Amino acid sequence: MGTATRAGIQAPRTGGASASAQSDARGGWRRRRHALAPYWFLLPYFLVFAVFWCWPIIDSALLSLQNTRVNPWAWNLGINWRRLWVDRAFHAALGNTLIIMAIQVPVMLTLATALAVALNSPLLKLRPIYRFAFFAPVVVSDAAYSVVFRVLFNGQFGAVNHAFTALGLPTIDWLQDPNAMLSTVMVAMTWRWTGYNAIILLAGLQSIPRDLYEAAAIDGATPADRFFRITLPLLKPILVFCLVLSVIGTTQLFTEPWLITDRGGPGGGAETLGTYLYKQGFVSMNFGYAAAIAYTIAGMAAVLAALNLMLTRGKQA
Amino acid sequence: MLRTIESRRRWGTWALTGGLAPLALLWLAPLYLMAVFATLPDYAIFSPDLPLTPGGNLLENWTFLDDTANFGRAMLNSIGIAAVSTVLSLLLTSMAGYAFARFAFVGKQAAFSLLVASLTVPYAVLIVPQYVLVARDLDLSSTWIAVIVPPLCYSIGVLFMRQTFLSLPQELLDAARIDGAREGRIFFSIALPLVRPSLAALAIILFLASWNNYLWPLLVATQPGARTAPVALGSLIGLNVVPWGALMVGATLLTLPMIVVFIFLQRYFVAGITAGAVK
Repeated sequence: MGTATRAGIQAPRTGGASASAQSDARGGWRRRRHALAPYWFLLPYFLVFAVFWCWPIIDSALLSLQNTRVNPWAWNLGINWRRLWVDRAFHAALGNTLIIMAIQVPVMLTLATALAVALNSPLLKLRPIYRFAFFAPVVVSDAAYSVVFRVLFNGQFGAVNHAFTALGLPTIDWLQDPNAMLSTVMVAMTWRWTGYNAIILLAGLQSIPRDLYEAAAIDGATPADRFFRITLPLLKPILVFCLVLSVIGTTQLFTEPWLITDRGGPGGGAETLGTYLYKQGFVSMNFGYAAAIAYTIAGMAAVLAALNLMLTRGKQA
Repeated sequence: MLRTIESRRRWGTWALTGGLAPLALLWLAPLYLMAVFATLPDYAIFSPDLPLTPGGNLLENWTFLDDTANFGRAMLNSIGIAAVSTVLSLLLTSMAGYAFARFAFVGKQAAFSLLVASLTVPYAVLIVPQYVLVARDLDLSSTWIAVIVPPLCYSIGVLFMRQTFLSLPQELLDAARIDGAREGRIFFSIALPLVRPSLAALAIILFLASWNNYLWPLLVATQPGARTAPVALGSLIGLNVVPWGALMVGATLLTLPMIVVFIFLQRYFVAGITAGAVK
C-alpha cells in the first residue's frame, strides 16, 4: 500500500521568540492545508465519477421499476422485469450471447496462449513482423473493422467465399443464414481481440523465471511437459484475468453484430444483449425496459466472473 | 551431440515459421484488402475474381465519402474530441491516483474499494441513465461536453496512475515540502514530470479509446456536423445502396494513423494494455 505521508510537516524557517507564535499559527494552517490536499486532488475525478457512474447505477435501478412507455413515466415495479421473463426476442438475444461466449472466448484464449508461447520462443525468426501482424488489430476501431468484415463476408463476392470456392468448398451466405451470421461475428471478434490477449499473456510468460525451464530441461522434461507443468500453471492467474475480461466484454457485445450483420441480422439471427438493449432503449425509447436488460447484463457478468474465479481457484487447491 | 541440438533448433524454427506465417498472412489480409478496396470502384470490389491490387478510384471514393457523410468534418471532430478527452482524463486520473498513492486520509479505503468495484460493472448498465441525463435532462445532445465528459470515468486510469506514483521516492516530495512548496506545485512540477513514461502510455490508450469510441457518440452526437468519424462511417451502412469503396476509405482513414502510431510507440501500447494484468 501507499507510503503514507506524515501529516503536516512543519518547517518554520524563522527563528526567535517573537516569530514563534506566528509560526505556530502558520504551522497549524499548513497542517490543515496538507490534510485537505488529498481531497482537492480527488475532487475533479470523483465529481465526474459521482455524476456519470454512481448516479447512473442508481438511476438504472429506478428506471427499471418504471413504465417509461407512458407520459409522464409512472412507477410500476413489475412491468419491465415481468416482460423479461416472457419476451422471446430477449431470450433469443440472451441465447446468442451465451453461444458466442461459450465458443468464441475459449477458442480465442487458446489461440492467444499458443500465439504468446510462439512469440516468446527464442527460436522464432522475424519476430517484429509477427508481432505487427497479430498486434495491429488492437488499434483498429470497432466500427472500421466491422464494415471491413461485412465486405469480406459478403454472401456473393466476398473474399471469404472467393477463398472457399478456390478450395472447392461450397459458398455460405455469411450475413443471412442465422448460424453463419453468428460465426461471422465470432471470426471478426477473434481477429480483433486475439492479439490483445496475446499481449497480456506474453507479458505473463516473460515474467516466468527462465531457470525453471532450465532445471526442467536438465531433468529431461519434454516441451509438452514444460508447457503443461510449468507454463500453464504459472500463467493461470493471467489467463483467468483475460477470461473474466472477455466474458464481461461479450455480455455487452454491440458494434460487431450491429454493423457486420445489419443491426443483428435478418430475423435477429445475430441479435445480442447489446443490440437488443440498444433497440429497446434508443430505437423504441423504452428506457425502463432497457434498464432492466442492462441490469440483467450486469448480473450475468457478475455471476460469470465469480464462477470463473471460483472454478479456477478450486482447481488449484 | 552438438549437431543434434543444432538441427533440432533449426527444425523448431521451421515448425514455428510454418505454423505462424500462414496465420500472420491471414491476420494481415483484412487490413490489406481494406486498403486495396479503398482504391476501387464499387463494381470492382464485388467482381467474380477477388481484386488484390490497388486501382485508381481513391479520390472519387473520398469525394463521395466527404460529400455524403461529411467525413472531413467528422475526422476533425474526432481529432479534437480525442485530444481534449485525453488531456482532461490524464489530469483527472493522475490527480486522483496521486492522492491514493501519496496521502493518508479519512475515507481512503472506502473510496479506493469503490473504484476497484466499479471495474467489474459492465458499461451497459450506465448507458441508459447516462443518455437520459445528458440528452434528455441536460439537453446537451451534439455538444462536445456530452461526447467528452461521461467517458472521463476511467477508473483503470486512476489505478494505473496510483501504481505509478507509489514508486516515487518519498524523500523527493518531502524535500519540496520542507522547502515550503504547496501541494499543488509539488504535484505539477515534481511528481508529474517524473512519471512521464507512464503518462505517455496512458495518453495513448486514452486517445485510442476516444478515437475508436462508437456507441456513446452514436447516441449523443446526432447532428451531422457533430458526428465523430466512426459514427459518420456507420451512418453509411444504413444507406439503400451502400457505397463500399467510400466505406473502405473511411475505415482506412480511421485505422492508418493509429497503425503508424502503433509501429513507432509499440512499447507504450503494450505497457498500457498490460497495466492491469501483470503486477
